[in-house]
Amino acid sequence: MSTDTASGEGFSDTETMTVREAIRQALREELERDEDVYVMGEDVGRFGGVLGVTGDLVEQFGEKRVRDTPISEAGFTGAAVGAAATGTRPVVEIMFSDFMGVCSEQILNQMAKNRYMFGGKTEMPVTIRTTEGGGMGAASQHSGTIHTWFAHLPGIMAVAPGTAHAAKGLTKAAIRSNDPVIVFENKQIYEQEGEVPVSEDYTIPLGTASVEREGEDVTVVATQRMVGESLQLADELEGETSVEVIDLMSLYPMDTDTLLKSVEKTGRLVVADESPLSYGTHAEVVARVQEEGFFSLDAPIQRVGVSDTHIPFSPALEEEILPHADDVRAAIDRVV
Amino acid sequence: MVSIDIETEDGQREILRRMLTIRAFDTKAGELFADGELPGFVHLYIGEEAVGVGAISALEEQDYITSTHRGHGHCIAKGLDTYKMMAELYGKRDGYCNGKGGSMHIADVDAGMLGANGIVGAGPPLATGAALTADYKGEDKVALAFFGDGAVAQGQVHEGINLAATWDLPAIFVVENNHFGEATAMEDQHNVEHLSATAEAYDIPGFTVDGMDVTAVYEAVKEARERAANGEGPTFIEADTYRYEGHFEGDHQPYRTEEDIELWKDRDAIETFKNRLVEAGTVTQAEFEEMRDEIEAEIEEHAERAKEADYPDPSEAYEDMFNATVPEINDFAARMRADGGER
Repeated sequence: MSTDTASGEGFSDTETMTVREAIRQALREELERDEDVYVMGEDVGRFGGVLGVTGDLVEQFGEKRVRDTPISEAGFTGAAVGAAATGTRPVVEIMFSDFMGVCSEQILNQMAKNRYMFGGKTEMPVTIRTTEGGGMGAASQHSGTIHTWFAHLPGIMAVAPGTAHAAKGLTKAAIRSNDPVIVFENKQIYEQEGEVPVSEDYTIPLGTASVEREGEDVTVVATQRMVGESLQLADELEGETSVEVIDLMSLYPMDTDTLLKSVEKTGRLVVADESPLSYGTHAEVVARVQEEGFFSLDAPIQRVGVSDTHIPFSPALEEEILPHADDVRAAIDRVV
Repeated sequence: MVSIDIETEDGQREILRRMLTIRAFDTKAGELFADGELPGFVHLYIGEEAVGVGAISALEEQDYITSTHRGHGHCIAKGLDTYKMMAELYGKRDGYCNGKGGSMHIADVDAGMLGANGIVGAGPPLATGAALTADYKGEDKVALAFFGDGAVAQGQVHEGINLAATWDLPAIFVVENNHFGEATAMEDQHNVEHLSATAEAYDIPGFTVDGMDVTAVYEAVKEARERAANGEGPTFIEADTYRYEGHFEGDHQPYRTEEDIELWKDRDAIETFKNRLVEAGTVTQAEFEEMRDEIEAEIEEHAERAKEADYPDPSEAYEDMFNATVPEINDFAARMRADGGER
């Protein structure tokens, strides 16, 4: 596990691009690199993806490799499982992660279990890309953050980029993996810019976290949108509180070592993830740190997330529900 | 080329042999289960042999199938080894899945058998995916999904067929209408008389064939394969058949009578096909009986050997989750132990 690779060190040639562009670059590079890779999902072709991620890929690669599917998540996700088991590498887009309810059978009982049930005799190189998160007034059925479900499901790897470089590196690693990987993209950060290694060889090993900013007083382990907001907060607190910000990136497997090392240094931990707080991603981070790093802790661990509600429609209500930097600030204030 | 040519006498004998092997294997499995020898539960294919053997014999060796709870017959028809199947039923290391799958999950991807399946209706999208691979790579392969009449009520079956039909994929959908979805009669689950009517919605050819006649199933699938291989898309075939045993072994079957079962046994697929071969002089009654005895002895021997075979080492429970190394699994396993160390 190397955080050097994760943060892009060793890949000094970078370009500034958005998270959306970084994902598209990852897809483009992998489509170019490997004929067995193709993309499919609802409106990913001529429309370019409902949130514009696949963009113009169909123009370069054609409809065979950037495929529009019928609106049938169970059908095409199941087809991806059968296709992966027989020698291709499908990359499936599920338009909104809430729709994974529609195809959960194929993920839960087929994609996740085939290798194990068949005694290790099947490869399952499927990548699912999907979008999570509120903030667009999209209401409850288009705003969920459900990655905990799938990170909890044995047999699935789950990643969630918080920066543009993570978006590229994780997407490429997912596509190259012979295991099923779900990439959870937060739709609020598609426009977020960052430095991204332009090398086609740049990938981030699954199971690594990235120390995005070093600090001394408190560790903030964040995911997705909370990474950017925490980094900005850390800048604002400069001179007052020294905040170390880690992008968890890989929900399963999880880079426990990097988390422990950080908590050993700071003695304090805040976990910030836009998902419901009960039984969640936060709880997994907390459990691991207290199991192995209990004696490094100088204060109780704090969680920042969604208060076990769905995401409401009205902007007034949505703002209330979604976690932001001020919630991270409050959590830091409680322990520092 | 089909995997077994039903036009030749050798092919006919092989078809008879495979049907007899299924009958013997599942009869033995039923006995072993009743004796408390096998863990879990088993779903037997007895009575439906003509469908699996007729359909798979009309495919080519390299073609794919997906299967169901009732998958033993499909495995045998696809040429899988009955010792390794029996070992899997026992949960032994020699089994197809090293004891991790059991009766409901026997798979041999190299042989084109993409897995029996414990989820009703999960197979058709998988077959569509295998057909997608064939189409994507330009390979001469087709994928055939077996599923039961109960599965036709499942949404994902229709999604799989719609996708295959829309993309003209080389897929064949074979519904084994054995008249019961678990313990509920077919007519209490569907509003159509013939499930082949399903095909109309997707504008693909749909037929109902006599699933007790191995030749009828064979001919229908052979035609469907030609169509699939020619880029003309999928075919939907309903095979009208019957399961002689319960949904699972031990099922007390309040939903039908002995008389119902006897009516179907009068049209037994193996008996009918054998009589036809005897009439044509391809086999004699004595040769048939010799073949059956040989097969039964072999199954008996495989069951004995499977019973004596080794269980997997407990540590193998932590293997095969991923292709890549995931430290969590072994770390957590170690922590679960009292001493927190290696087992």
